[in-house]
Amino acid sequence: MSRFAFYLLVGLLMLIGVGLTAYRHISFDVPWVPGAQQKVWDIEAQVAFTATGGPVKASLALPENQKGYSVLTENTASSGFGLSYLDDLPGRRAEWSIREAAGSQLLYYTVTMLESDNATPAAIKRLPAPQEVSWERPYDTAAAQVIDQARERSADSFTFARELIKQFDNQRQGENARLLLTQFERPELMLRLLNEAGVSARLVSGLSLEDGRRRQTVSSWLQVFAETPQGNEAVDVEAADAENINTDWVLINPETGKQGEPDNLLLWEGRGAPMLEVEGGVNSRVSFSMIRHNEPAAVAVRNKLANDELLNFSIHSLPLEEQALFKTILLIPIGALVVVLLRVLVGLKTSGTFMPVLIALAFIQTSLVTGLIGFLLIVATGLVIRSYLSRLNLLLVARVSVVIITVIAIISIFSVLAYRFGLNAGLTITFFPMIILSWTVERMSILWEEEGPKEVLKQGGGSLLTAVLAYLAMNNPWVRHLTFNFLGLQLVLMAFILLLGNYTGYRLLELRRFKPLTED
Amino acid sequence: MLSSWLNRWSRNWTTPGALRARGVVGMNRRNIGYISKYNDRRLYPLVDDKLQTKLLCQKYGLASPEMIGKVASQFEVERVVDMVRDHAGFVIKPAKGSGGKGILVIEHHDGEEYVKPSGARITRADMERHVSNILSGLYSLGGSPDVALVEGLISFDQAFAEFTYEGVPDIRVIVFKGYPVMAMMRLSTAASDGKANLHQGAVGVGLDIGSGWAVRGVQYDRPQFAHPDTGHDIFSLKVPQWDTLLELAAGCYEMTGLGYLGTDMVLDRRHGPMLLELNARPGLAIQMANGEGLRKRLELIERQPDGVPVAERVAFARKHFSRSKEDVANVGMALNAD
Repeated sequence: MSRFAFYLLVGLLMLIGVGLTAYRHISFDVPWVPGAQQKVWDIEAQVAFTATGGPVKASLALPENQKGYSVLTENTASSGFGLSYLDDLPGRRAEWSIREAAGSQLLYYTVTMLESDNATPAAIKRLPAPQEVSWERPYDTAAAQVIDQARERSADSFTFARELIKQFDNQRQGENARLLLTQFERPELMLRLLNEAGVSARLVSGLSLEDGRRRQTVSSWLQVFAETPQGNEAVDVEAADAENINTDWVLINPETGKQGEPDNLLLWEGRGAPMLEVEGGVNSRVSFSMIRHNEPAAVAVRNKLANDELLNFSIHSLPLEEQALFKTILLIPIGALVVVLLRVLVGLKTSGTFMPVLIALAFIQTSLVTGLIGFLLIVATGLVIRSYLSRLNLLLVARVSVVIITVIAIISIFSVLAYRFGLNAGLTITFFPMIILSWTVERMSILWEEEGPKEVLKQGGGSLLTAVLAYLAMNNPWVRHLTFNFLGLQLVLMAFILLLGNYTGYRLLELRRFKPLTED
Repeated sequence: MLSSWLNRWSRNWTTPGALRARGVVGMNRRNIGYISKYNDRRLYPLVDDKLQTKLLCQKYGLASPEMIGKVASQFEVERVVDMVRDHAGFVIKPAKGSGGKGILVIEHHDGEEYVKPSGARITRADMERHVSNILSGLYSLGGSPDVALVEGLISFDQAFAEFTYEGVPDIRVIVFKGYPVMAMMRLSTAASDGKANLHQGAVGVGLDIGSGWAVRGVQYDRPQFAHPDTGHDIFSLKVPQWDTLLELAAGCYEMTGLGYLGTDMVLDRRHGPMLLELNARPGLAIQMANGEGLRKRLELIERQPDGVPVAERVAFARKHFSRSKEDVANVGMALNAD
């Protein structure tokens, strides 16, 4: 290919890329920088179940306006099912129905939520009463003792709930607490105990919002009310004879006893009703995918509508689960660019060309410091064990396979150790690409035998430096915003890398290497 | 503070302009301007696979070390012992190895114990493990399965005995479009563990294309005037049979068709220059050893017509790339001063 054709191609890519980017900015109002705009969450709930052949009715709880979040738009996708939104008590629900269905079924519900501080929460319409709870022996005495102890140390419903959960703390479990935990799930148990003690409470379902997450599930939270209705009957708050009823409530984490709602928690179901009810199907479950955008709310709504057009082939028209996947995939070219820059312009040596990008991807999941410590621990331990393997005279493929198993064992041991010492961050070590790490250990080990530890440090350090720089680039909110919202930039990146592939000048480190040549 | 930092910077680093003025070729230029431009990808296997190179040498009548045999599969590993029984010294090397990796040199043996040049002894099992490592691709590019070659040991020319520590000193000549453009000798040292690899600590000695005299020595990219182990003055080094050696190197162009080629040769006591191996991606350290950039020489060759016979190419190179009279005089003075 002639030089002219090459530059024509580069110019063309650049032009199309810039054009697409500008088009998206101008006609969709997508801003250049993140953060300045309101945050909008697209959340997709996927209901999956196996229909047994007869009529099916599936009912899913839907989120409502609440503290910090308000609903912008919602829509559903479900082939062949009838759909109705139910707005009566308790809470909003979507109900799908069909006369006859068999085999596995997928139903989708997508909601766009605006993150805002002045969202008006839906009012509590009904103050629930404590439920009648029955205990078998000997759980009744254990429950009574636990409740008594918590009551002594508390002043009101909220403090009572906190003190109660404290008794089930892993370190301070009494005999009673341990006995009760053998019989009941923790959130369920807390609810029973609160009800037994005459405190109004219910279990609600919350979803932790994190950008780009897929296959998430909801977690259970205790909603504890300040006031308990008289006579153990739920009270209609809006009824005429029920004035001045205090509907204050708090959310308490049933695992830790911590009071208060984390910032990123969306109460998907806030009425104490089940998340999902399926009649005529088995193995039902619901999972969530979510993506955050930074754009004016009006634009979010408009884009949503535009996505429904028939001829929309952008990534943003894909289901959320796939979009969340693309959010990461579209970052990989950035990592590749960092590798190209460091190799072509700087001349840094790495072990395995694109290994640092994969490590950087793992760092995004683990956070930088945890990731670095984890990487060093795994590779160092792997090297020690690998040095023994080299004496066993094994064939290459067998040896690398043994290293893979060793790396998995190291990761398991470190996870367990981290968990024992209460370092939850240590559990994210499982995000490392194990086969890549095994090859890294193998290559480093050979390097050590042939060239000595200095070269290992040099290449290992080069790889880590590249990985850290790639991580910093890929984890930059601005970069994440641009790569996901402006697909045209990928073409610009490609044009830029093509140009770099054509660079015949000196590398930075060559200025040092060839220094003696300029001396005499 | 700032000035001391600048000072340190300028002591260790130079500028692109200074390198360009010296005609230094960097990695990026080597890759784009010479290797991918003059080396046809489909010819690579000829040099990446030493077995193919060896067969080519036999076909074209270029001198190379005697081939004792090859081991291509795991069940043949035990045959190595029989293969080498009648040879005092031998070398086992991977056909697709690079950078001198996986080369095992045995000076003599008694069938059970094998003695390396360093005096270290290895057992028959050690040797067989080495062969099976080669077969499984431990030393080959990309880890693909490989073939082990068994070659006769070279008895290197005594002219170099004072310049080497354990290993065989080899001569690298860069051949561009069939013209020898730059040459160096690689002397193994204790630091390089008897290997002739510059980045492992071997001494690189630039050789004058005109005469075969040493022009400069470097170790770890920094100037070196004597062999670090034997203490012998590097400037007293002159490669004998220089013309034969250059013609052997230049002939590799016709043999392989590769335009930018690194040829590695040794001088055998009885058979003279022999081709050890070829490299389609020769490194740039040769510029350090010669104290000179490659660029001007390569550009001069680029202007030469194709189809010139070997002898004329060698004569052209010896005429144009010879060091000036003063340089040679300087070396002479340095010698007299000793």
